Amino acid sequence: MKIIVCVKQVPDTNDVKTDVETGRIIREGVVSMVNPDDRHAMEEALRLRQKHGGSVIALSMGPMQAKNALMQMLAMGADEGYLLCDPLFAGSDTWATAYALGTCIQHLGLPDVILCGRQATDGDTAQVGPQLAEYLGIPQVTQVRAVVEHGAGFRVEAFMEEGYRVVKVAPPLLLTVSSECNQPRYPNMIQIVQAHRKKKVTVLSAADIGALAEFSGLNGSPTRVKRVFVPAPPPKGELFDGPPHEAVEAFIMKLKEYHLVPS
Amino acid sequence: MIAVDVDACTGCALCLGSCPFGAISMVREKASVDREICTLCGACVEICPDGAISIKKADIISSEGKDVLIFAEQRGGELARVSLELLGVGRGLATDCGSTLHAFIIGENLQVVSEKLIHCGAQVVHPVDLPGLSDYRTSTYTQIACSIITRLRPGIVLFGATARGRDLAPRVAQRLNTGLTADCTELSIDPVEKILLQTRPTFGGNIMATIITPSRRPQMATVREGVMELPEPDVTLTGLVKPFAMETPLEGIHEFCEVIHEKRRAVTLGKAKIIVAGGRGVGSPQGFELLGQLADLLGGEVAGSRVAVEKQWIERERQVGQTGSAVAPDLYIACGISGSVQHRAGIKGARVVAAINTDPDAPIFHRANFGIVGDVREIIPLLIAALKS
Ligand SMILES: Cc1cc2nc3c(=O)[nH]c(=O)nc-3n(C[C@H](O)[C@H](O)[C@H](O)COP(=O)(O)OP(=O)(O)OC[C@H]3O[C@@H](n4cnc5c(N)ncnc54)[C@H](O)[C@@H]3O)c2cc1C
Ligand SMILES: Nc1ncnc2c1ncn2[C@@H]1O[C@H](COP(=O)(O)O)[C@@H](O)[C@H]1O
Repeated sequence: MKIIVCVKQVPDTNDVKTDVETGRIIREGVVSMVNPDDRHAMEEALRLRQKHGGSVIALSMGPMQAKNALMQMLAMGADEGYLLCDPLFAGSDTWATAYALGTCIQHLGLPDVILCGRQATDGDTAQVGPQLAEYLGIPQVTQVRAVVEHGAGFRVEAFMEEGYRVVKVAPPLLLTVSSECNQPRYPNMIQIVQAHRKKKVTVLSAADIGALAEFSGLNGSPTRVKRVFVPAPPPKGELFDGPPHEAVEAFIMKLKEYHLVPS
Repeated sequence: MIAVDVDACTGCALCLGSCPFGAISMVREKASVDREICTLCGACVEICPDGAISIKKADIISSEGKDVLIFAEQRGGELARVSLELLGVGRGLATDCGSTLHAFIIGENLQVVSEKLIHCGAQVVHPVDLPGLSDYRTSTYTQIACSIITRLRPGIVLFGATARGRDLAPRVAQRLNTGLTADCTELSIDPVEKILLQTRPTFGGNIMATIITPSRRPQMATVREGVMELPEPDVTLTGLVKPFAMETPLEGIHEFCEVIHEKRRAVTLGKAKIIVAGGRGVGSPQGFELLGQLADLLGGEVAGSRVAVEKQWIERERQVGQTGSAVAPDLYIACGISGSVQHRAGIKGARVVAAINTDPDAPIFHRANFGIVGDVREIIPLLIAALKS
């Protein structure tokens, strides 16, 4: 079974800076990590490989430093890493990200299963997975919480407001994996060292995969950031900053005033 | 694609100054656009006196349409609340565009719900009413949505950011080669350019971003439940129900689904009247036990910020905010929560917000009606004691 896992490197802190001019995030100088849901996607891939044999590729689009994220995936157990890195891809929205990842996957050969995280913590759109599936013309199941073998395909449980739904689906397919699906393994020192020694990350440019400029990056993105702004805060509410017991008393008076507790 | 008609270009260089990105230069006295820098903003097209610059869109759908279309979602025959909320915003947008509000709905036996959509503001409802369509299937729903959009050519299409909406909308946007903005908290029409301004909180801190889809159509967005106001149904409103007939046979369905209703552990944050929520400042699982006691006393539920969930002080189902639940209680007590924009996005619907925080400048106090500057570990026990007596 051939599996590709899409992995995004995201900023680790919540205080991310944006370039107010372009509205894009400044990724340089911010501590980065693997998007949490993508670890769950990788874990699911490794479990599938364990059962069916085959290989697991970790694929990321991003700046050179995203190599670190891929190294972590190799340490976790992925066989190979590919980093799609080209200034042409800068400023991609989800449509253009799906185009770039999709073109790259066509270049590498369509696998049996593509796994994405449910959602990335920075953009927080949960759009790239389904958009990638559409670009490749394969079925998708999003927000997956369990994957079970079923004949030649899978029986997948996916989150819905009512509970969950069960979908039977055969490869090639794309799943977006949520954190309820599994507990990702942590690589030990030996695995980390081995990954650095024996496995490699291949860097690909737009030209390498035949991505066209008119569909790539900011230029190919249907959306634009028009404005980034800090909303003016409304005035503060009434504050009680006296001694604690007095503050508590005033607080309870307020609750009564609003008829929130019986007076 | 941006193109310069070199025969029409007189080399006046007006476009050079108009380009906010410095993407234009003169090559042999003709304007030349560096496509890697150009963002297709259209400033040069506007200024060129000779009409020599044009932006050719790679879209399938032209930008003629101005109508607003919403995806009305049914679950087991019931309308999702967010769909009605979308009708509320959609009606406003349609008015601002001088256009009509449409809704489409996919399922079985849709007469009653179609009426309801009209009473909530839809002017034209397009039911796709076929046996076997009540259960959501990505491929079939995508095919139907794309057919309707291609035929109606709306300027704007809105989806609820529900499990189904988040599965469907990106698939549709990709197929139609257009933009999609997730989880908008504000939607309005630019009075000059008449395009949709899609505002959403973004990237940590207190930053909002306004996203536009300048040249492709339709402009698509998702909105989470509880963010927009629910319109009052008005039974005197009238509208058209126009059953939509698919011209192409429904695609081979490669997904078979069965929906399993699960009684999750009763987390009813969305309906709770009182919520006591904690963040990083609560400091420990023990701290959350105290919040639980306070919630019990008030007859409410406990909730948390993302940080509290990440620290596993509280279950993920109880996260409030942009990526958690949107809540609308009568009282929301925020304890040791800074009040980031993502967190506040979830409490827009709260009637009264009270906050307890050591930092008098914490942003939460700007959302709070009142609050205590103090340590939760000290204040909460005092509150519990005072309420008990
Ligand atoms: C894309 C994205 C989506 C997000 N979605 C969500 C979401 O859905 N929900 C969410 O909550 N967050 C979300 N976040 C995270 C959000 O940006 C904030 O990081 C988070 O809300 C902060 O949680 P907090 O207020 O508990 O912690 P902090 O911001 O660290 O605030 C802790 C507060 O506690 C106060 N404090 C400390 N000690 C005490 C004490 N002893 N007594 C009283 N007060 C004390 C401090 O003064 C401070 O104000 C999201 C972030 C991103 C980037
Ligand atoms: N630049 C990227 N490189 C690789 N995978 C990505 C990238 N962006 C998004 N993804 C995948 O798409 C998922 C959803 O991302 P998002 O739509 O940004 O929330 C992530 O969890 C990743 O699996």
